[in-house]
Amino acid sequence: MHQWMRKSGTIVNHFKSLLLVTNNLSSWRSYSFVKRSQFAASFAHNLPVADRDFINSSTHFCPRRFESVKSEKIANNVDDNQALELPEGKVKFTPKLRFISETADERECCYRVLDENGNRISSSNYVEVSKEVAIKMYTDMVTLQTMDTIFYEAQRQGRISFYVTAAGEEAINIASAAALKIDDIVFPQYREAGVLLWRGFTIQEFANQCFSNKADYGKGRQMPIHYGSNKHNYVTVASTVATQLPQAVGAAYSLKMEKQDACAIAYVGDGGTSEGDFHAALNFAAVTEAPVIFFCRNNGWAISTPTSDQFRSDGVVVKGRAYGVRSIRVDGNDALAVYSAVHAARDMAIREQRPILIEALTYRVGHHSTSDDSTKYRPVKEIEWWKMEQDPVTRFRNWMENNSWWSDKAESEARNSARKQILHAIQEAEKVDKPPVADIFTDVYDSPPSHLCEQEKLLREAIKRHPQDYPSDVPL
Amino acid sequence: MGLRRFGRLVKWVGGNGRRPFSTSSSSSCDEMMVQQIASGKSLNLYSAINQALHIALETDPRAYVFGEDVSFGGVFRCTTGLADRFGKQRVFNTPLCEQGIVGFGIGLAAMGNRAVAEIQFADYIFPAFDQIVNEAAKFRYRSGNQFNCGGLTIRSPYGAVGHGGHYHSQSPEAFFCHAPGIKVVIPRSPRQAKGLLLSCIRDPNPVVFFEPKWLYRLSVEEVPEHDYMLPLSEAEEFILENWNCGTQIIREGNDITLVGWGAQLSIMEHACKDAEKEGISCELIDLQTLLPWDKDTVEASVRKTGRLLISHEAPVTGGFGAEISASIVERCFLRLEAPVARVCGLDTPFPLVFEPFYMPNKNKILDAIKSTVNY
Repeated sequence: MHQWMRKSGTIVNHFKSLLLVTNNLSSWRSYSFVKRSQFAASFAHNLPVADRDFINSSTHFCPRRFESVKSEKIANNVDDNQALELPEGKVKFTPKLRFISETADERECCYRVLDENGNRISSSNYVEVSKEVAIKMYTDMVTLQTMDTIFYEAQRQGRISFYVTAAGEEAINIASAAALKIDDIVFPQYREAGVLLWRGFTIQEFANQCFSNKADYGKGRQMPIHYGSNKHNYVTVASTVATQLPQAVGAAYSLKMEKQDACAIAYVGDGGTSEGDFHAALNFAAVTEAPVIFFCRNNGWAISTPTSDQFRSDGVVVKGRAYGVRSIRVDGNDALAVYSAVHAARDMAIREQRPILIEALTYRVGHHSTSDDSTKYRPVKEIEWWKMEQDPVTRFRNWMENNSWWSDKAESEARNSARKQILHAIQEAEKVDKPPVADIFTDVYDSPPSHLCEQEKLLREAIKRHPQDYPSDVPL
Repeated sequence: MGLRRFGRLVKWVGGNGRRPFSTSSSSSCDEMMVQQIASGKSLNLYSAINQALHIALETDPRAYVFGEDVSFGGVFRCTTGLADRFGKQRVFNTPLCEQGIVGFGIGLAAMGNRAVAEIQFADYIFPAFDQIVNEAAKFRYRSGNQFNCGGLTIRSPYGAVGHGGHYHSQSPEAFFCHAPGIKVVIPRSPRQAKGLLLSCIRDPNPVVFFEPKWLYRLSVEEVPEHDYMLPLSEAEEFILENWNCGTQIIREGNDITLVGWGAQLSIMEHACKDAEKEGISCELIDLQTLLPWDKDTVEASVRKTGRLLISHEAPVTGGFGAEISASIVERCFLRLEAPVARVCGLDTPFPLVFEPFYMPNKNKILDAIKSTVNY
């Protein structure tokens, strides 16, 4: 028992928090990094009996199946005849004055396939990943990690103005992308560069965008990391949060009407679920029966706001049912679980023409952005624990090595190759001109109206008079 | 920009100055509408919009019409018969959520469809403000033209109605004129409404189309039955009519230029007619498209008359009249013989029982015409 606790105390604590809404509204921070066995043991000692039972039970790794629980099956003892017939179904009467609890008896379980060491949990049901796909998944995770490291440094050196890493969320990025097909339309938030990487956006294309050169498809108009690619069905990132969710529903409705074998997927963070657009989107998707996947990366932090300040529900997953949307909670640091969940969700979304909500539990290991220092609001130990003990890339690598699909040699080759490519791409991107002044005025409308032509003329005259006021590297 | 002149036949069903209003489908009105449709000539505003929506759905299988209560025909009857004709998958109710309606519309349009979204009242468009201003307006620009939602048209009834109070009366057009990337269009009558709406639906840019709800039933005129479009961003010089004898007196004005849009045009028209009796010759321009607006037509007119009056229902401060005024002063400063006059709504919330005081009515306009001409 002690031995087991030593290994898994932290994750037990993790799940304990997920399960105990009524007893302890613990913040993300409190469940996330009790590391030592004595911590776990003393923690368990202080728990109410039911929670100790939970820790001692073997059922906490509850593999979430794909079938939804149908609310209409809730039993009660009232005569069937005493019911209201409503358009959305029959509602039975009860003589009991009883409020629905704000929490379920147990928090929703978190589906996982791989344990922290990358060993497959024997009872897990999951979607097989071929060696070829697994290798691409892992290689892309390595590339994403390397790209994040180097681009982050480039920002620190002042070579680009801004950057956002996906550190800690590599499995979510790559595994969700791997489970989709290229015809599926992606409406990203902004921490999903890996999805685009999986789809074939090149390192050079990423670099061009971050360096705002003329090869940036966005013509240098948006901050770095606001990627978009028509050919990859990846709708351009906007800094706005959750606005993409109702848009994804509209796109999915189009796919439905055109009878396409495709779905839309929209990503959002835990903070984004508080936006009205999140609720609008789930409701619209349910009502229009749109084939859309809402993928929530619950990484615990919306800039400095922990989830305990964000919502009092059992996370995000439970919000699905309120809207009539099938949902699942998944371990976001387990690539196989993410892959399986998205694969199954896609299948249901398209086959049954319905929306699906996925909540992936993870942790934002990096700062919110290069403009943020997260150690100001969360303990370094917490970050380090997630980084060292829960790293999704290491976990997936362990599984790959267990399968003899990966080796130290392959590892160093992959990392060296990614590093070389990225450094080269940065050097190339820096050499390319900035987009020309004319690009200020195009694309506001399909063609520039007269007032914009007039403003362009005036601007050009101003530049001519005072060239020193304007950046010399932007071609006229 | 061409200066286009149309004669027109308009008659007010409502009779005198007070414009009655109803959202209910009273039998007499509906019967009249049926007759109008049968005759194929005279239509009221909501029927003209209904006809435009029929044509839009008929001519493009990838066109959709949706919004709150749209399925049964809409609270103003603009979507009558569409769901029966084109099916509930193309014409449908949405949940009561404006940001959802517009967000959904953007996604639908981004996939190459024509999405015609209805916001039930312009007063309720603000929950969708972010989707319109930050999303629809910037969708093309921020993607470097890789994506666009040009197929999106947002229709919404706006303006005073006689008894609408704070939340069924507002004219929020100026907010949207501050958002580069969208177009803002407001028709004044059935014929304009049909032609402009079809242009908006087919325009490759997202458009906010405000419909003067006071005129839905009141404004009746001959509307061509065929599929036609009127150009956006072109103002129309308005030709005055002699209401008493029903004969058109086609005359351009020389003394002052009046600029307005939507329901306000008819009020301005009456003021022009009264001014004419006092020997003042007015030129009246219906801007129709507020963003991007037809500066050239207004400028040409002001160069001729030397005076400008702008009138809108929205509060005067920060109203679109301020923009027109500033632009014309920039272009015509030396030609102006008097300050630009603005006759607009008061800078208060729209007050129910005080509506007659709030409104920029005929005599307020007439007084401003006279004081501007006599400056």
